Amino acid sequence: MNAGKKGAPAPGTALDVASPSRREMLVRAGSMAGTLGAVALGARIVWDKGGYGVERSTEARQIRDYRNAERDAEHAQLAIARAAPREAGDDSPAPTATPEQLVRRAVDAMGGMSKFVSRGDVVVVKPNIGWDRMPIHAANTNPDVVGAVIRLAFEAGAKKVVVADGSCNEPHRCFQRSGIWRTAYDLGAEVVLPQEHRFRSMRLKGDVLDEWPVFTTLVDADKVINVPVAKHHNLAKFTGAMKNWYGVLGGRRNRLHQNIDVSIADLATFMRPTLVVMDAWRVLLRNGPQGGNVDDAKDMHTIVASVDQLAVDAFGCTLIGQKSDNLPYLAMGEKRGLGTTRWSSLRVREV
Amino acid sequence: MAAEHGHGVVPEHAGVRLDPGIAAGVSEVHADVEPIPWKTGRVGVVEAIDLAGAGARASKDTVAVAAGVGVGVAAEVGVAAGVEVAARRKKKLPGSGIPPRRIAVILKWARRASQVGFFALFMYFLFQTAFRGSFAARADAAVRLPLPVEAFLLADPFVGAMTLLSTHAVYRGLLWSVGLLGLTMLVGRVFCGWICPFGTLHHFFGWLLPSRRGRGASRVEANKTHTYQRAKYYLLYAFLLAGMGGSAIGGLFDPICIAVRSIGLGVIPAAQYVAHRALGAAQDVHSRPVQAAADHAQDFLAQTVWQSKQFYFHETWFIVFLLVAVLFANRFIPRFWCRVLCPLGAFLGVFSRFALFGMTKDHAKCTDCNLCLVHCQGADSPQGGVKWRQDECHMCMNCENACPEDVIKFTFLPNLRSTIVAPDTVRRTALASVGAGAMFLPATRIADSLDVNYHPRVIRPPGAVEERSFLERCIRCAECMKVCPNNALHPAFFEAGVEGLWTPILIARVGYCEFSCVLCGQVCPTGAIQKIDEKEKMGIGQPPIKIGTAFYDHGRCLPWSMQTPCIVCEEFCPTSPKAIWVEEVDATVRDSKPGADGAPPAYKTVHLQRPHVDPSLCVGCGACEKVCPVQDQPAVYVTSVGETRSKTNIILLENTSYNQKT
Repeated sequence: MNAGKKGAPAPGTALDVASPSRREMLVRAGSMAGTLGAVALGARIVWDKGGYGVERSTEARQIRDYRNAERDAEHAQLAIARAAPREAGDDSPAPTATPEQLVRRAVDAMGGMSKFVSRGDVVVVKPNIGWDRMPIHAANTNPDVVGAVIRLAFEAGAKKVVVADGSCNEPHRCFQRSGIWRTAYDLGAEVVLPQEHRFRSMRLKGDVLDEWPVFTTLVDADKVINVPVAKHHNLAKFTGAMKNWYGVLGGRRNRLHQNIDVSIADLATFMRPTLVVMDAWRVLLRNGPQGGNVDDAKDMHTIVASVDQLAVDAFGCTLIGQKSDNLPYLAMGEKRGLGTTRWSSLRVREV
Repeated sequence: MAAEHGHGVVPEHAGVRLDPGIAAGVSEVHADVEPIPWKTGRVGVVEAIDLAGAGARASKDTVAVAAGVGVGVAAEVGVAAGVEVAARRKKKLPGSGIPPRRIAVILKWARRASQVGFFALFMYFLFQTAFRGSFAARADAAVRLPLPVEAFLLADPFVGAMTLLSTHAVYRGLLWSVGLLGLTMLVGRVFCGWICPFGTLHHFFGWLLPSRRGRGASRVEANKTHTYQRAKYYLLYAFLLAGMGGSAIGGLFDPICIAVRSIGLGVIPAAQYVAHRALGAAQDVHSRPVQAAADHAQDFLAQTVWQSKQFYFHETWFIVFLLVAVLFANRFIPRFWCRVLCPLGAFLGVFSRFALFGMTKDHAKCTDCNLCLVHCQGADSPQGGVKWRQDECHMCMNCENACPEDVIKFTFLPNLRSTIVAPDTVRRTALASVGAGAMFLPATRIADSLDVNYHPRVIRPPGAVEERSFLERCIRCAECMKVCPNNALHPAFFEAGVEGLWTPILIARVGYCEFSCVLCGQVCPTGAIQKIDEKEKMGIGQPPIKIGTAFYDHGRCLPWSMQTPCIVCEEFCPTSPKAIWVEEVDATVRDSKPGADGAPPAYKTVHLQRPHVDPSLCVGCGACEKVCPVQDQPAVYVTSVGETRSKTNIILLENTSYNQKT
């Protein structure tokens, strides 16, 4: 090697040609083989054979059923609480009952909150906090109605009450300006905003909704109380209990509108609440679902309670002058056995 | 050098060979006289005598303490008996080892505390430049930030001067910048050494990251005053002239603006991105406590440091790249940014000539040990033998603390004989810079971005003033982009022309302008975005503030071209009555599958709502564009035309007459 190069050792000297020892050769060969083996093994373990297959679900629908067993026949199946009409000559602008009184009356007619919430339960209250609007605009659930439900849940012995919703507008603004954040906080409920890390992908296995990010706070509960607001919706025509479950989903909800009726039915199939308390204290009649003009809403001073989401919506849509036949998602729900749209066939109690 | 201080007998660099005490002929003083406390270091041959004397004093003091004078006296004694401290100190001080004056030590530590405190305050304000809601607020309470989060920018006299030249007015809170100017005229550039968060960052990285070449002799060499430090003055003059011409482009180089922009739009979102993934992985661990801890960590971070969703900023990589580059430069030239480029530092440097507080040097005592230079921040020639550069000094007090020979002293109303107070810029270069600054404006404005060709995507925030006034005011501090709760405002790259680099534009695909939100105007320090209220923005009892107009692309819109129901845009339209209205139609659509026996696909009729925009009602918020399900290029999009602030970039005749302050 390099025999001719000046300064290099002459060939044949011990320095140049002496072979490495057997031990060193074994170590070098062994480390080569070991490294190559480890790399090959590692590559084999994480080997991706490729392919573009998308897993299609054939399983049955996912259902989160929070309902209690059927109650005794003495209690109402649909309770409608209204502020009493004023007597002639009484023209004071204030209603004859507070929202809290109406909620209490309605839930009492249903057998009381203790029929629904047991001691030590974690109760999730799901109002509609979709929009950056104030209570007077009636685009979100009235904070007093939410407060009344929270109070009833605590009175029934709930360990923890969580208030959460996935808003459409910027959530902090929606929670603050709807008045629900303050009310819930003052009552000791935990308010959970729709933060990104609260959403987990879930297979709902509905007709149009398969894999979607789900607001885990809303489904990790012992009992779930749906507290929607009744209002006009330009595409779905009416939004109440069933459509309120849009707030469960994260991700790009804007695609749902292409098949809004089936989407609503899928969600109402997935979420079966313990109780529905619908706020119709002030009802948005036009420009739904977010309104924005005080004149778009009208005071109705009504609270509806039931376990049957369909019945609540079927009754609720009459408040804005709709007919349940015009709402395809109600018919789909009925077909799926979620409840009945013939609300008057239930044990209705007006209080 | 030394001769000018009247120590003619001392040879130059005497200290190299001789003990400076002996050289100066003062050793007898130490031998016989009560030593001056802060001089009782280990001063050459007299050390033993000093120690003995100190011992005697100490024992006397012990008696005094025993006599019941009190513990407080003992503390004073501790100061007086500096000898004992020196004797106990294990580490040998270099050179003559004269410890610095106590006040210098105190000032050094006060400076460090001040740097940490102001940096923490800056970061706190930056974290608070966000709306996180409040459980305590009433539903009808106006949404505003409780803290003056833009305070550092309001105190920035470079911003104040630049916008004063461009708008001939000092906007609201910018009056505070006079206070900082006053502080500089009292005690020099303490802002740079004690307050500036960006300077603190460079100070820290200069300490953390010196390269092999950045230590020892090379560091000393790097810390000597160099002519390249004049660059910042030339930049300053150019920016001020550009300001006079009507462009606040100097904000690109303002250190506070850079700090807000690069940390707020780059570092914080990037940290969130990393944390979200790390904590997301922790949430996948099948252990309840781990999941709960990760959950709580995410909650806490979202409520304090960032927000509950990930923010993204348009082309922000370049902003971060420049930050990394300028921090990296500290490896070779400590505080490269502060010494060479910072126009705010230059501005304060110009005014520091009036400072009453400054340095005196006893050149005769200097041994050329260069310890002062090792620690110098401003490269302001603290060493003996040359004049101190007051305009470059950050007043960090490191040199006086490092000096072992009692050469450097900071005092009020110092002798200025060995001080250069003003920048040593070259007049011709300064004039050339001024010329360059003056040329800048016409050069950018004859590009077509402003007067003749409106870029459709330059949608300015609500309350922004007319584009020319806007460019006079916008310093690209990115406060508006940081505070925007919907991540709607972004730093423009070249959409708004070269002059509009990093000015705010709305990118509705990322986020829309929340109808009732006015936070961007609240944090704007210069009035480029005016402080409007909800009534003005939403148009309660007056026309609303429009930032653009929405348009439909019928070829991409589902109800228009695919006969599929949608109208999410209409649902999100925030005005009342809605600017988006729908037309009910029955349209024919072909089946996707062929009929039986290969017959052509059947046709059926579907009922659709087709959306339209009413341009007189549309405010251009971009909610429709944000929610349009046609994901890549939306079927409804907003462009800047019709914006309230412009008298020319409009469509409708009726909008031509309105009352707009310009």
